[in-house]
Amino acid sequence: MIKFEYTIKDELGIHARPAGGIAKIAKNFRSAITVFKGTQSASASKLMALMGLGVKQGDTVTVTVSGEDETAAEAAIREFFEANL
Amino acid sequence: MVIFNGKGVCPAVAAGRISVFRRADIQVKRLKTDDTEAELLRLEEAKKTAIRELGEIYEKAVRELGEANADIFDIHMMMLEDEDYNEAIAEVIKCQNVNAEYAVAVTADNFSHMFENMEDAYMQARAADVRDISNRLIAKLSGNSGNGNIPDEKVIICADDLAPSETVAFDKDKVLAFATAYGSSNSHTAILARSMNVPAVIGLGEEFLSAVKDGDIAIADGFSGEFILNPDEKTMAETKKRQQEEQQKKELLRKLKGKENITADGRRINIFANIGSAAGIGEVLLNDAGGIGLFRSEFLYLENSSFPTEEEQFLVYRRVLESMAGKKVIIRTVDIGADKQCGYFYHEKEENPALGLRGIRLCLAHREIFRTQLRALYRASAFGRLGIMFPMITSKWEIDEIKSISVQVKRELTDEGMVFSDETETGIMIETPAAAIISDILAPEVDFFSIGTNDLIQYTLACDRQNRHVESFCDNYHEAVMRLIELAADNAHKHGKWIGICGELAADTNLTERFLRMGIDELSVSPAFVLKVREKVRSLDLS
Repeated sequence: MIKFEYTIKDELGIHARPAGGIAKIAKNFRSAITVFKGTQSASASKLMALMGLGVKQGDTVTVTVSGEDETAAEAAIREFFEANL
Repeated sequence: MVIFNGKGVCPAVAAGRISVFRRADIQVKRLKTDDTEAELLRLEEAKKTAIRELGEIYEKAVRELGEANADIFDIHMMMLEDEDYNEAIAEVIKCQNVNAEYAVAVTADNFSHMFENMEDAYMQARAADVRDISNRLIAKLSGNSGNGNIPDEKVIICADDLAPSETVAFDKDKVLAFATAYGSSNSHTAILARSMNVPAVIGLGEEFLSAVKDGDIAIADGFSGEFILNPDEKTMAETKKRQQEEQQKKELLRKLKGKENITADGRRINIFANIGSAAGIGEVLLNDAGGIGLFRSEFLYLENSSFPTEEEQFLVYRRVLESMAGKKVIIRTVDIGADKQCGYFYHEKEENPALGLRGIRLCLAHREIFRTQLRALYRASAFGRLGIMFPMITSKWEIDEIKSISVQVKRELTDEGMVFSDETETGIMIETPAAAIISDILAPEVDFFSIGTNDLIQYTLACDRQNRHVESFCDNYHEAVMRLIELAADNAHKHGKWIGICGELAADTNLTERFLRMGIDELSVSPAFVLKVREKVRSLDLS
């Protein structure tokens, strides 16, 4: 399993558009990708659960990736966070 | 004539006949079934149709509104395929042995409540998205086409609320305006109305809904948020006039947007905009201003119940700088006192507030307030091209004091590892005769001057702006005022500094030529006047 932390810079936090983007990427990989905000977590492939975390600007989330294609999945998700959030 | 008050979404006015939007009313009944497999299959079929329809709406939205605004329907498709949502529906069917319609309705309630209970307004507004996709799904299950009446002439659409998919489904050429009883300015409907460029008034309340009838005449005012039902002749005539003016403004915009501020003989000038809160940025960009020449920071203090914190201020300044994307933004430090007072700050009653503790005087008397603002400003400076401007200067020692405080503030920020821009300009308002007269002494100390004409006139002519009895003595074109401006301009240029005008006179096109001849480098006006002044500048020949 690999993981990374990310602090959200986007004014609206993880809102509908980026949540949709994350879910799309997550579905392309076999690895289980989970986004943690404190003790709450959501599978990255589940749009509504992701939005339900209510991640706001300034929040730090932890993303864990585990599975056979975890290296590629982690890189893709991380790149998306950096470019959009 | 009845007036309802709501929130204006798209700044435009529409007048015309009303069409009340009615949804095909679908009653969801809870029906017991033994064949849950069949219900799951029906659900699967309905979902396929719903997604196909959303795909078509998405295509229409891309064509009419652009990809960024169409995204929401892509999100809707993904929501319909969301695992948790689908599992929840299937669970209800299987555990309770009930029909799919009921299962969707229950799940929609649960998911939309989750969003409604979230803290921020944006997420709360997402509950409407869940209901929108669920209603579509239920409509497909019930074999209903889902849409209500579609108007065949240009009308004002009145509804309780409109889902994004309903908003887009209208033929744009048939809609004069949208008016709804509920809704928030964060809703996609509001966003879509804005990008469709259709005036919209939202949140008009329940009485509005029961008052409107098909065929009634109404005015929807996207500026003020008013909805006027069955207006009298006078109101109607006024509206027609305003619509014409709006049309002229649009013409001006089409003609002058993106054009340079240059005279026939090649003299260039900056035309910037004045704003009083971050909400004004839209107007600044819309009217094609070259920058912000005066951002009044007072609103942060006046709209608050206590002093705004460094963080609050930083976020606002940063947002303004980022939104202006590298264009110059001049923020004036707080100018309370005189006619602008805030309740939480004890301010001794003054016999003569215009000559009292206001502007920079208040800041130097209460340095903690000043330091907090300077820290926020310098921190924000890393995010754009900032200029800081100080109001009500009369003497050089005030600038010396400001400089020593600024040096301390910057040192603190460096020690704390915070970044700020070394290219931040500092300037002063020339709004007292004293400052204009000693502008040769002040110019070497700053990067720029900006003339505040309202106060300069009041102090030069000894006329209270708020006293209508002396109105006839308050001559905007008084030679004394003109000479002071010219003196300041000459002294600024002698020391290689630039000078602007940010008071009301800057927008007076009778004076544009005179200001240009004085060598004024920048005129900062209300966003609505930017293009008028540009038009004037382009018509001049100074040779």
